[in-house]
Amino acid sequence: MTLIKIDRQTWADGIEKAKLAYRVFGPVKEKNDHEFKQLDKGEMPDFSLQNTRLSPKAIVYPQSQIMLTYSLDESRDDCRIMKEVENVTAPQLVLGIRPCDALAFPIVRRNFDSPEYQDTYWIKAYEATTFVGLACNAACSTCFCTSAGTGPFGETGQDILLMQDGDALYAKILTPKGEALAASMGWSKPAEPDAAGKLDALKTKAEASITASVSTDKLKDKILLELYGAPFWEEEAFSCINCGTCTYVCPTCWCFDVQDETHGLSGVRMRNWDSCMSPLFTIHASGHNPRTQKYERVRQRFMHKLKYYVDKYDKGIQCVGCGRCIRMCPVNIDIRRICDKMNRFDAKSCACDIASS
Amino acid sequence: MTEYTDKIQEIAKRLLAEGKVEMVIGFRKGTVPMMNQPHYAASAASVNELIWDSNCALNLANYVTDKKGTIGIVAKGCDSRNLVTHIVENKIRREQLYIIGVPCTGMVDHRKVSAMAGGEILSMEEAGDDLTVSGQGFSKKISKADVLQENCASCTHRNPVIHDELIGNPVAEQTDADPYASVRRVEDMTPDEKWNYFEKLISPCIRCYACRNACPLCYCPTCFVDESKPQWVGKSQDAIDVRTFHLLRAYHCAGRCTDCGACERACPMGIKIREFTKKLNKDCQELYGWEAGLTLDQRPPLDSFKTDDPQEFIK
Repeated sequence: MTLIKIDRQTWADGIEKAKLAYRVFGPVKEKNDHEFKQLDKGEMPDFSLQNTRLSPKAIVYPQSQIMLTYSLDESRDDCRIMKEVENVTAPQLVLGIRPCDALAFPIVRRNFDSPEYQDTYWIKAYEATTFVGLACNAACSTCFCTSAGTGPFGETGQDILLMQDGDALYAKILTPKGEALAASMGWSKPAEPDAAGKLDALKTKAEASITASVSTDKLKDKILLELYGAPFWEEEAFSCINCGTCTYVCPTCWCFDVQDETHGLSGVRMRNWDSCMSPLFTIHASGHNPRTQKYERVRQRFMHKLKYYVDKYDKGIQCVGCGRCIRMCPVNIDIRRICDKMNRFDAKSCACDIASS
Repeated sequence: MTEYTDKIQEIAKRLLAEGKVEMVIGFRKGTVPMMNQPHYAASAASVNELIWDSNCALNLANYVTDKKGTIGIVAKGCDSRNLVTHIVENKIRREQLYIIGVPCTGMVDHRKVSAMAGGEILSMEEAGDDLTVSGQGFSKKISKADVLQENCASCTHRNPVIHDELIGNPVAEQTDADPYASVRRVEDMTPDEKWNYFEKLISPCIRCYACRNACPLCYCPTCFVDESKPQWVGKSQDAIDVRTFHLLRAYHCAGRCTDCGACERACPMGIKIREFTKKLNKDCQELYGWEAGLTLDQRPPLDSFKTDDPQEFIK
């Protein structure tokens, strides 16, 4: 794996060069928070961030996306025929994605690109995207990436990992896609021989700065229906107001709702992010709703991320430890607390507790 | 206000022991600073988790909507006004509630504090009006007056308007507060400027509906944006649909909003949603001399008729 040092001028020039071939996205500060935005000419990503408020998932998976179009004009031969919209994504470059958010893409891919089903919209956008990560030198108190399958210097899901040592910027090339990008951006100057050692020390320090953790080791062995019937769900869900904040800020929440919108004689079939927190998420055409209670919806979100996904794919949890849902939940529902409760849950001792009380 | 904690726990224990209520709804300390969690206590152990400080900003009236049984509820001024509104609108019966009134000196805007701190805040200590926020390598003293939520800074009903027990002496009400300065600024704009102002205001909206769901007034079994037979509003990020949601929601709150600020506090995108409801509050005050949630004897002005109503068209 090649380690490259990027000086300031090469950095700026490379980004401008990249903008000719890619739609370049990077974190930009808006008021008090950073968000991923497409960078205009001359605009540089701002790396003075902890992380962006929203995850960068929308770059590959927009909140609203038109998939098909149709006409209701009876005089046309194609009346009521659904037609796929042009589904070509121009090459995209995501600059400065944190390792936690980068891990979310391989996780989400298991859903959108499986042997049985291929979501052509997501796959084409994903394949057209090059991910340049940015290692975290210091974590937030709500970060728990090291117990969610990555770390502040994690490399999964990225083509290049950038690392900052003071003012110096290093790039570790991880994939052929990354190699091609580095070449096109003029990132070619090998790092000084002692750089790797210095970066390793930074990595160790960064990992030590993670103070939060969750235990997930026993989730797989739990009996699904026992966990589903655990007595803590109603209590844990009490404060929940069933808004969609956690699901919309989450890099791994992938659910969507399909809607037809007709204007006059033409219309579109689109998909929009959906949220399992909403009663509408499960309502049937008959009007019956299998998840009428708030706690059932809260349970669904955590069971999906921490049990169903774990059982189905055997690749760990469907969570990258970014901590956004913890920081942004208006009523302080904390996935770490719930994950630990699930991991600790013992149906037998629980039954005894109830019997003796 | 932190001295209220002991008093709240003491009252809650007594109410539960006497069997006066089945649960007491209050707050417990959150897992992150400045984010306390709504909590119900039904046992002595969970009573010990109840706390009070300047981070209890959400409106607890939201948690008693259509509830059965008897409930003790900790209520600051705005919560108590929403309890009044709930009782008037038949969302709970007065006799179901034991209201533990909290004279309030305002809640802290966690976004303002974070913006001032210059690093991630790991703890906040409170001593009267002095707040100390600390994080990795810094500790900073902040005056609570500088970081109050905007609705608290201009609040004129800090003391609960309805209660069964008050946990401390009433606090002085603010008399020089001006909640409508920003409304007047918008009123003075041209139509185009107003349009641009509101478009910009709601442009970050992700339609998570945290504002609606944190609001005690929004208790419709199915909100108009969630209706599917027929569907009134599209579900995409289309500006028309986003706008429709915000404007209609605000109008549904006309004459009912207590300016508790729960909507703004809950919004993950930091949108100043009160810019809509404040205008309607101002209109209700000017047209009908009405402030929501102050009396159990009157219905809100927009669902009642009086011969001296100012609009001629209805007579």
